[in-house]
Amino acid sequence: MARRIGVFVCHCGVNIAGVVDVERVAEELRKYPGVAFATTYQYMCSDPGQNLIRQKIEEENLDAVIIAACSPAMHEETFRSVCKEFFNPYRCEMANIREQCSWVHDKKEATEKAIKLVKATVEKLRGNEDLMPIFVPIEKKCLVIGGGIAGIQAALDIADAGYKVILVEKEASIGGRMAQLSETFPTLDCSQCILTPKMVAVARHPNIKLMAYSEVIDISGYVGNFDVKILKKPRYVDEDACTVCGDCEKACPVIIPNEFDMEKKPRKAIYIPFPQAVPSTYTIDREACLGLAPLTCAQCKDACEANAINYDMQPKIVEERVGAIIVATGYDLYDKNKLVEYGYGEDDDIITSLEFERMLSASGPTGGEIIKPSTGKVPKKVVFIQCAGSRDKQHMPYCSSICCMYTAKHALLYKHHVPDGEAYIFYIDIRATGKNYEEFIARVMEEERINYIRGKVAKIYREGDKIVVWGVDTLTGKKVEIKADLVVLAMAIVGRKETKEIAKLLKVAVDDGNFLKESHPKLKPVEALSRGIYFAGCAQSPKDIPAAVAQASAAASKVLAIFSKDKLEKDPLVAVVDEDRCSGCGVCVSICPYGAMQRQPNGKAKCIEALCEGCGTCAAACPSNNIEMRNYKDEQIEKMIEVIV
Amino acid sequence: MKKKIAMYWGAGCGGCDVSLLGIHEKLLDLLDDIEIVFWPCATDFKYEDLEKMPDKSIDVAFYNGAIRTEENEKIAKLLRKKAKVLVAYGSCASEGCVIGLANLYDKKQIFNVVYLQNETTKNEDKVLPKEHTNDLELPEFLPHLKTLEQVVKVDAVIPGCPPPRPVLEEALEALLQGKTNFGKEVALCDECPRKDSKPEKIEIERFYRWHEKEDNGDCFLAQGMICMGPATLAGCQGECISANIPCTGCMGPTPKVKDQGAAMLSAIASLLGDIDEEKEEEIMNSIRDMIGTFYKYRAAKLLPEGRLKDES
Repeated sequence: MARRIGVFVCHCGVNIAGVVDVERVAEELRKYPGVAFATTYQYMCSDPGQNLIRQKIEEENLDAVIIAACSPAMHEETFRSVCKEFFNPYRCEMANIREQCSWVHDKKEATEKAIKLVKATVEKLRGNEDLMPIFVPIEKKCLVIGGGIAGIQAALDIADAGYKVILVEKEASIGGRMAQLSETFPTLDCSQCILTPKMVAVARHPNIKLMAYSEVIDISGYVGNFDVKILKKPRYVDEDACTVCGDCEKACPVIIPNEFDMEKKPRKAIYIPFPQAVPSTYTIDREACLGLAPLTCAQCKDACEANAINYDMQPKIVEERVGAIIVATGYDLYDKNKLVEYGYGEDDDIITSLEFERMLSASGPTGGEIIKPSTGKVPKKVVFIQCAGSRDKQHMPYCSSICCMYTAKHALLYKHHVPDGEAYIFYIDIRATGKNYEEFIARVMEEERINYIRGKVAKIYREGDKIVVWGVDTLTGKKVEIKADLVVLAMAIVGRKETKEIAKLLKVAVDDGNFLKESHPKLKPVEALSRGIYFAGCAQSPKDIPAAVAQASAAASKVLAIFSKDKLEKDPLVAVVDEDRCSGCGVCVSICPYGAMQRQPNGKAKCIEALCEGCGTCAAACPSNNIEMRNYKDEQIEKMIEVIV
Repeated sequence: MKKKIAMYWGAGCGGCDVSLLGIHEKLLDLLDDIEIVFWPCATDFKYEDLEKMPDKSIDVAFYNGAIRTEENEKIAKLLRKKAKVLVAYGSCASEGCVIGLANLYDKKQIFNVVYLQNETTKNEDKVLPKEHTNDLELPEFLPHLKTLEQVVKVDAVIPGCPPPRPVLEEALEALLQGKTNFGKEVALCDECPRKDSKPEKIEIERFYRWHEKEDNGDCFLAQGMICMGPATLAGCQGECISANIPCTGCMGPTPKVKDQGAAMLSAIASLLGDIDEEKEEEIMNSIRDMIGTFYKYRAAKLLPEGRLKDES
């Protein structure tokens, strides 16, 4: 137990000293039992400030230190490293007299409170135990879930740094949503042209194990040591043997809609989602194929000269141990059937933004031609409706972030295809905050003569071969009626439903939009609450390609930071179960947000220290009060409360 | 030499006296070692007899029932004086028990309900108990119900309403050997007959009262029925659970817990899963009779001066 405590009160310029009488705080503390020395200084965190601590520890023979300054979130690390030179770092505590005191109280109250806070910290410190950090070994291999642009970027970054990556993709090919896009805003690059080199790089990278057409089905363990089970779904085609000659596809008699083309283009039961698919191989759609069982058709097998088709292929479960996980499961469009007010699904000439995107693509259902689906003719008047399902309390309250930009792009591309056509865009606000985005919008508005109408659409209905759109132009206050050939809905973006399943496996929270919840919205935007789990791309929130790529690289750098060490050092402020008195009621096991509390064979709970983040949820919930947090023991907290109250 | 034993019945239901008989033939064994010097319920002794005994002449005195009247208090003090070891026997004596819920009301409210408003009471003359009448002196009905410990020093506690047989047997054995420390330190789940049916994770979506759901034989809490087991001291071997009734907490909390109700509420609230606050409130509000559920036995211990008066 600390017997000679030194108290260092920081002025923090005027941040603290402008409100708190710091000299009085030091004076009062000098009289307090256990305190051997107390002083104040301008900026404790400065080099001279740190040296003052060093000097006084030696001169005054201190065996513990309290810094009364800002939040421990700011400088605990700083001061503990100083103290580590002399004694156990857990003999150093901070009393927050800035955020919780000088910033929120007036002078008189603040000084009194500061004195109490520091005295309470003395009481806590006296109950502290000397602790040693916990070390956890690391499996330097990363699992990336989702093979869209975010997952691809993260995988490449980590693999380029020399570490192994397992990239798992649910679909037959990686590429994700970006592969479906025609051109990208604001530069109008061909989406596939800039994406496919990265896809190929993934396929060829010696450090990347690509597992497409696979799903993660189980995750256990903790940072450095996650045990993962991956289900490899049978393609019924040998990936290595397939030469992608296409003979099988020609032979296949089954025709169904292609999901990749938003089901607006046919494909066969044996298919390759798009020509540049990676891995480059055909896949048999189990649901559609006639030949699997009973064996009624074997036309593809007969046609295949490479002998790559194997109807007896079985699902396989692959087990891997990884040290870190990046979730990049991407997005879906908001359920279009919920947008009844816009008549989606009732009319062929009302389509979603992604359907329009495929229509614009040279490899899409129309070969890049813009048509009115009901007639096949070129639409002369197109209405684009932004915020379809976004910024709407009836649907999704948030902004989907990218719709303003891609709608402008859509309108522009439409005008390029149909120069004599008219395009209208209904919008609430234009949000163009990216680099060169505002200029792009201006260009679309001015050069392309697109009609931007500020207002929401009230009603859409069919009249003959036209779709009538009713809205209000809120800038002029006039009612607008447009008889359009085609209506394109800029659908809200939501996290994939699979994200929720993955999140459950990872014990990570998702919000109402199925987006993963980050650890801190500002300071830890790519981290999950549990260490070793990171987010990239639209799985975390709606974002455009540059943001998704940047976040992927950020997540990769977080993983590399972990892999740069041989062992993980972990704060030992973990929960400790009094096993003799544990009844095995299961409350802590049920609620631990990190899965750190586990039931042992004898029924009693045990804290896996490597997993525990020290949040204290279990200690608060234990109905027998048999769980204590190291250095936040009940006696310590009770004494602190006593001093304060 | 035989140990001198006393047992007194304070404000309680009488179940505690019966529980002592409930150890059956074991009581016969005990009689070889003890001499009963005072037990109003079973033997003919008067208060004068007790008063005449030398101080500290009783080896172990058991006090069951709470202290509700002046008379209860007087005997508690007297027994304290006459006994070497004074034991709070049962929930009433140790924590106030069900009748301790009366501390939520004051004396006037209690009399009003019991003697005037109760539908089954016929009291046309509106007669209320009085301490002094022309020919009778009645002990005062105290402003609040007290536990034994709130009146005199207590050396040991035998918990339970009434103390279950295994608890009692262990306690008696220890006490006769001069030990005042006995009983378990873990919660009931440790010895619960439904222990093995606990799921890996308990998540409560709504609460059911006992009659609202067919009991499937699994852990009650996992079924959404409030069972105080996790917050209640073990020892009874799950008597109620064996009778398909969730634990109501009569054994009191485990050693490190003071407020059993708060401990259980905090545990239960954490089991509600990842839902929004509104829904959480709705589920918690669906619990009928919060105090009667979570503080059934301990209200008087936690509210010795009665309910805190609302400031408004």
